[in-house]
Amino acid sequence: MKNDWPILQLTDQQEAFIGQVVLESLQDLKSQLKKPISYKDVLEKTVYKERGRIKKNPWKVDPEDEAKIWSAYKARLAKFYTSDLSSDELLEKEEALAKQIIGGYAREMIGNFNKQAYQRAIRVVPLFLNRILNGFQGRFLTGFFKKNYRLRDKIRLHGDFELYKSLDQKGTIVLLPTHFTNLDSMLIGFATYLTGLPPFLYGAGLNLFNNKIVGYFIDKLGAYKLDRRKKNPLYLTTLKTFSRVAISRGVHTLFFPGGTRSRTGALENKLKMGLLGTVLEAQRNNYLKTEQTKIFIIPLVVSYHFVLEAPALIRQHLKREGKEKLYLEKSPFGGFRNVTRFLYKFLSKGSDIVLSYGTPIDVFGHQINNKGESIDQNGQIVDIQKYFFDQGKISNDNQREAEYTKMLAEKLIEIYKKENIVLSSHLVAFTAFQIIKKRTKDFDLFNMMKIDEDTTAISYDLFTHKIEQLIDQMQKMSKAKELKLDEIFKYSAEQIIDQGLNNVGLYHSKKVLYKDRLGRINTDNMNTLYFYHNRLSGYNLEIHV
Amino acid sequence: MSDQRKIYGVMGAGSFGSVVANLISKNADVLLYTTRQDALINIEKGKPIKGVMLNKNVKATNDAALFTKTCKVIFPVLRSKDFRAKIKHLAKHLTSEHIIIHGTKGFDLLETNVDEIDKDFALDRSSVHTMSEVILEETCIKRVGCFSGPNLSSEINQGQLAGTVIASSFQQVQLEGKKALMSENFKVFFNDDIKGVEFTGVLKNIMAIASGAIHGLGYGENAKAMLISRGLAEMVWMGRILGFSPNAFLGIAGIGDLVATCSSEKSRNFTLGYNISKGKKVEKILSSMTDVAEGVGTVKVIHALANKYKFRAPISQTLFKILFEQMPIKEGIDYLMHFPLIKDVEFLKSEV
Repeated sequence: MKNDWPILQLTDQQEAFIGQVVLESLQDLKSQLKKPISYKDVLEKTVYKERGRIKKNPWKVDPEDEAKIWSAYKARLAKFYTSDLSSDELLEKEEALAKQIIGGYAREMIGNFNKQAYQRAIRVVPLFLNRILNGFQGRFLTGFFKKNYRLRDKIRLHGDFELYKSLDQKGTIVLLPTHFTNLDSMLIGFATYLTGLPPFLYGAGLNLFNNKIVGYFIDKLGAYKLDRRKKNPLYLTTLKTFSRVAISRGVHTLFFPGGTRSRTGALENKLKMGLLGTVLEAQRNNYLKTEQTKIFIIPLVVSYHFVLEAPALIRQHLKREGKEKLYLEKSPFGGFRNVTRFLYKFLSKGSDIVLSYGTPIDVFGHQINNKGESIDQNGQIVDIQKYFFDQGKISNDNQREAEYTKMLAEKLIEIYKKENIVLSSHLVAFTAFQIIKKRTKDFDLFNMMKIDEDTTAISYDLFTHKIEQLIDQMQKMSKAKELKLDEIFKYSAEQIIDQGLNNVGLYHSKKVLYKDRLGRINTDNMNTLYFYHNRLSGYNLEIHV
Repeated sequence: MSDQRKIYGVMGAGSFGSVVANLISKNADVLLYTTRQDALINIEKGKPIKGVMLNKNVKATNDAALFTKTCKVIFPVLRSKDFRAKIKHLAKHLTSEHIIIHGTKGFDLLETNVDEIDKDFALDRSSVHTMSEVILEETCIKRVGCFSGPNLSSEINQGQLAGTVIASSFQQVQLEGKKALMSENFKVFFNDDIKGVEFTGVLKNIMAIASGAIHGLGYGENAKAMLISRGLAEMVWMGRILGFSPNAFLGIAGIGDLVATCSSEKSRNFTLGYNISKGKKVEKILSSMTDVAEGVGTVKVIHALANKYKFRAPISQTLFKILFEQMPIKEGIDYLMHFPLIKDVEFLKSEV
């Protein structure tokens, strides 16, 4: 039995934790190097990339003396290779520098979680939000805010929370959510609190810390910092090791396996293998230890009617047109004004958020029963430890673990589709986009974005008819457990359409979908319509429109 | 040299299963699992099964629990139509420690009755299961591999030179397979693309039927060589549409097996094509064959996949017409000869 929150050891045992990260990172690096071992390439690449980043892409959160530190590293490195050192001495010096850099990274990541601050923050979240609402009340239509809006009322949670709580006592939980908006971190942090689970350690983009308010909350809710600008080998190794060590030390962890926000608005259909792989490795490492702690994965799908960044995300996607370019990302939460405006929008009307926590699985994708045992597709208990066996005992085999990771990724993608709770707004966007697409000759997405009002207009009757067809199909799929439907789907098609139109991308400056003056369904922005439509892609629903 | 600690398992006491057991027995002891009473008795008495004499360190059992407890690396060599049922039967005895490397070429259609496939039938790739997919679907096993290649069992049994590909995404599985199978006259190659290897090993059956027909019609080696080249092109093309890289098709399990099968007059598929070309009625041949050639089912599957994904597979589709739509064989071969294709190696360059 655990008596306290596992996350606390990151502060209570900070030095031990960082020490382990440094040690294991170095081991990982070493195992990837060719013999004779030299860190020269890795160090040079890292120093070069870091100096480039500091020059080209500085952020507010970056420490002031950063440039100096890296210049000093550069000088030190240059000295290694100009002085007469024996190969052993050289290796020793290289390792010392690598350790120092890794240690620096680990310290930057670790954050400063403590119980009191967490409890304070979690109390402040709703107060803070209510305060914003009260502030607005004076300035907006009176009577609009008769109800006392609270964050709690806006968030609906689905899942077997009793089971999760029992697993909290039996092993380490890794929560793997889908990712649509920068709000996710804060929201899931708060939702986790509502579920009664202890706080999770989670990775949050360092860019979010550029904003003081958002930064304050995510920091206190248990974030460690990820910096997507740092794509050098030492940083990436440290990051993976950090995650693995945390999980392996029993810290409940959360990360977004998609790596970044969905640019298209679709559910994740490809996951990043790096971080996901740390879960597999952590499980193997646990079985090499005496405690043999089991890892439980809880997939989580978050459904929004409204994604603040939708216009920017879909624009990025369309610009890229499949070509992956490096993006210099700026925080979409510009300043206090933007944050408050968003939160006001979010809280003041309809725009509910639904979190669908899935059935827990082990790292091999088996379902977990209430005893924490793994159950295979035939209903038999599986002893997963032996998946790591070679010649009768546990072995370290990163190639094998990488294959297991791919299998886990496939499983997660499948689960996301099944756990996805379809909202009315997703359905109306999907239907409208498909109708327009199907009746337009030579449909070309990139030209569709500029077409005029009459071309996009859909008669209400046709729209309702298609919606009804889709509802029929989705009810069937829901019965077959291929997806989940929001509560509104118990009501009539008209009510679903009403709610959908009232909520889809509610506060974008250009309306996503509305009833125009002729009573037709229309859109002012094909881009965002496409974004919200995409949430239902991959279910082969097109054929029912 | 036998590994004292390790006993490998082989499932299936057919002629190829027995040959595989013998191959492995050169490296370690083997336990052969079969539920066929006659085979068990023969092995007990030291008599050959299906003409193959088993080596002394090959023992047999019909006890699934004992079999899976003894052997952690298992080689099923079963007929594809029995594969799912037999694996399912074993499933409750299998644990996460087991590794399975199968040697079965064929598809499993689970939801689809192959007799129902007519000329308009469209089949989704997800309804065509390879044997490794069957293993993953039916058991808790994750580490799966297959071995496939030009492995005519009679030649291997005589100790003639041969080789095979062990395909698995797991290096550990490849190495286990090699440890068991590799011997002086049996060379082992690795491939990471297990499904590509499985597919190519099945698709070549179609070409074997065509090869038999060409032979029967009196064409010579030039014609056969052309068939093999165009057959390969068709296989790669189909593979690419179904999502496989050409690599597996160009290796031992692809072109290697294709050449062997198209040249071997012993294979059932070849014989089927030969008999048709000699004027025997297709229905009669099909009903008289005790073991229907795998290629017949494969032709149907490919035809139905082509319907679904709208690709052209001239050789397979023409064979479908010959086998199931009363197209005279001469007309079919003529059609292929006049098929408007002039580019030689278009299948590697062009976009699918």
